[in-house]
Amino acid sequence: MAHANSRHQQRIGDQPWLRRLFIGLAFFLVGVLLVVPLLAIFAQAFSAGLSVFWINLSDKYSLHAIGLTLLVAALTVPLNLIFGVFLAWLVTRFEFPGRRILMTLIDIPFAVSPVVAGLMYLLLYGSNGWIGSWLMNHDVQLMFAWPGILMVTVFITCPFVARELIPLMQQQGSSEEEAALSLGASGWQMFRRVTLPNIKWALLYGVVLTNARAVGEFGAVSVVSGNIRGETNTLPLHVELLYQDYNLVGAFTSATLLAALALLTLVVKTILEWRQQHNAN
Amino acid sequence: MSIQIKQVSKKFGDFQALKPLDLTINKGEMVGLLGPSGSGKTTLLRIIAGLESADQGHILFSGKDVTNLHVRDRRVGFVFQHYALFRHMTVAENIAFGLDVLPKAQRPSKSQIKQQVTALLEKVQLEHLAQRYPGQLSGGQKQRIALARALAMQPRVLLLDEPFGALDAKVRKELRRWLRDLHDDLGFTSVFVTHDQEEALEVSDRVVVMSQGKIEQQATPQELYHQPASRFVYDFLGGVNVFEGQVHNNRLQQGQAWVAFPHAEHAESGQLYLRSHELSLTLQPSADAHLPLEIKAVSLIGAEVRLELEPIGWNSPDLWEVSISHTQYNSWQPQRGDTCYAQPHSGQLFSSDTENGLRALSWSNKLVLLKKKTA
Repeated sequence: MAHANSRHQQRIGDQPWLRRLFIGLAFFLVGVLLVVPLLAIFAQAFSAGLSVFWINLSDKYSLHAIGLTLLVAALTVPLNLIFGVFLAWLVTRFEFPGRRILMTLIDIPFAVSPVVAGLMYLLLYGSNGWIGSWLMNHDVQLMFAWPGILMVTVFITCPFVARELIPLMQQQGSSEEEAALSLGASGWQMFRRVTLPNIKWALLYGVVLTNARAVGEFGAVSVVSGNIRGETNTLPLHVELLYQDYNLVGAFTSATLLAALALLTLVVKTILEWRQQHNAN
Repeated sequence: MSIQIKQVSKKFGDFQALKPLDLTINKGEMVGLLGPSGSGKTTLLRIIAGLESADQGHILFSGKDVTNLHVRDRRVGFVFQHYALFRHMTVAENIAFGLDVLPKAQRPSKSQIKQQVTALLEKVQLEHLAQRYPGQLSGGQKQRIALARALAMQPRVLLLDEPFGALDAKVRKELRRWLRDLHDDLGFTSVFVTHDQEEALEVSDRVVVMSQGKIEQQATPQELYHQPASRFVYDFLGGVNVFEGQVHNNRLQQGQAWVAFPHAEHAESGQLYLRSHELSLTLQPSADAHLPLEIKAVSLIGAEVRLELEPIGWNSPDLWEVSISHTQYNSWQPQRGDTCYAQPHSGQLFSSDTENGLRALSWSNKLVLLKKKTA
């Protein structure tokens, strides 16, 4: 009877050997493609011992690259947080002509290759560009300097917060906000006491993603930075420079920082996802 | 507080949600806005609240123009269709919200707020839920909390958008009665929106029937039921059986089926509307009507037995529905597939010549006369 029952419930792929094969294959692929390379970074970085790791890390150019990367992230995240909330608010709470187009345009940075994005900025703001030449005459240099790096990073990461918020805010609707207003709340009170608590987990999630990308962005930044060591070198660019200098241990040392940040991002992301699910139920 | 709506209209893009309309709601009155979806009833409610702005016209509260007053300053209590409770706040925090956001000078102290919240929770009989979150409440409980939250501001006007729409039948009935009692107790002016005619007729002092952005009729529930002003109202209130035909020898005829006009001067082609209590069923046709019907379904639930009937040899847009008493059911024992005949006592004729031209017909006088003669 039990046997007949289990046969009855069997679906395609339920054969034990097939299931084991698929699961094994999945783990094998994840291991070869994701886990082993990650471990290799740490293995390489520490291959010459802890002291060499430390020397590489405290190198003046490495420290500058870390500092610049953190600066760019620290400016990008709040900028895109405000921009993302504003945009999500706009497209989910108001009906206006061009709303759909705006929602599509948000995705441009996802659709455009980062290198192309960097080139666009270079052509526009470089010393020969339309805006860049005018700025040059007024002694403002954006490209091959940290403001340029900041600009492309903001461009690349601007969809993350908005993309997280738009579906959530659409699903939640505006009736809670209207209820707050009808109960006498001011616009700010409504935002702080009703809107923000409802979106906070999605917002944090967007911030984590923005931060991870801002720190790790290579393509667009490499076009506009000019790779000046100790001036416009961010951490990902620094890894590449060291690698080209045949300083493998040094390159992997800097790479461990990025990898560690990635792991941290994963942990925070998992926690936030769990919280979001938890709150939805 | 009375509410006056003067020539208010509203367009959403190309869609005319409200055609310029006037409506006065008296102090302490409970008015139901009744209509199908898209009739503009919710838009009107939201304009009264200030959640939507009118394109034209004015809203007056007790004679004072509030058209340009922001929703937060209108001091209306608004109960949303899906309650719109703040999901991250406890029930007590939800109810306290309106008091918490008052400017410091007007805000009661923390202990006063707590007292008021407790009093409101007692009023809605949910004291034990103060520390719960909205996600942990049933639909009926959420509705009561939403009401308590709106009442915390001591509004002079209470506006409710489909207040019972999302509740199951039993809870809905209970809450309906409870809301009516609360309204009578506290004496505010209430306006609620519904698409359920039973709800509107039961609870309201006055029902405003809306369709396509305009008011079709405003009347007390009794008037509305007995004297629907238009075919739309008749249709919307429901429960009508329709016989459409042409005049032929002082009869309204369709194929082999006919109804004789009680008075020759009433003869006009059109649609005859018969409510289910305005006709009876017999086993033989009479001199007044020949409307053969086949029994499609017999439903024994409720105080009466409901029969669904399909016309034989003539057409009707919907199946006919007639209720008979259990006594009649027991003596007649109708079965699915049986044939019977409809005998009208009274009804309304909508002439096909004139728009909404409506004429009341009655066969009952004649019946009485016949009885007297035979007696």
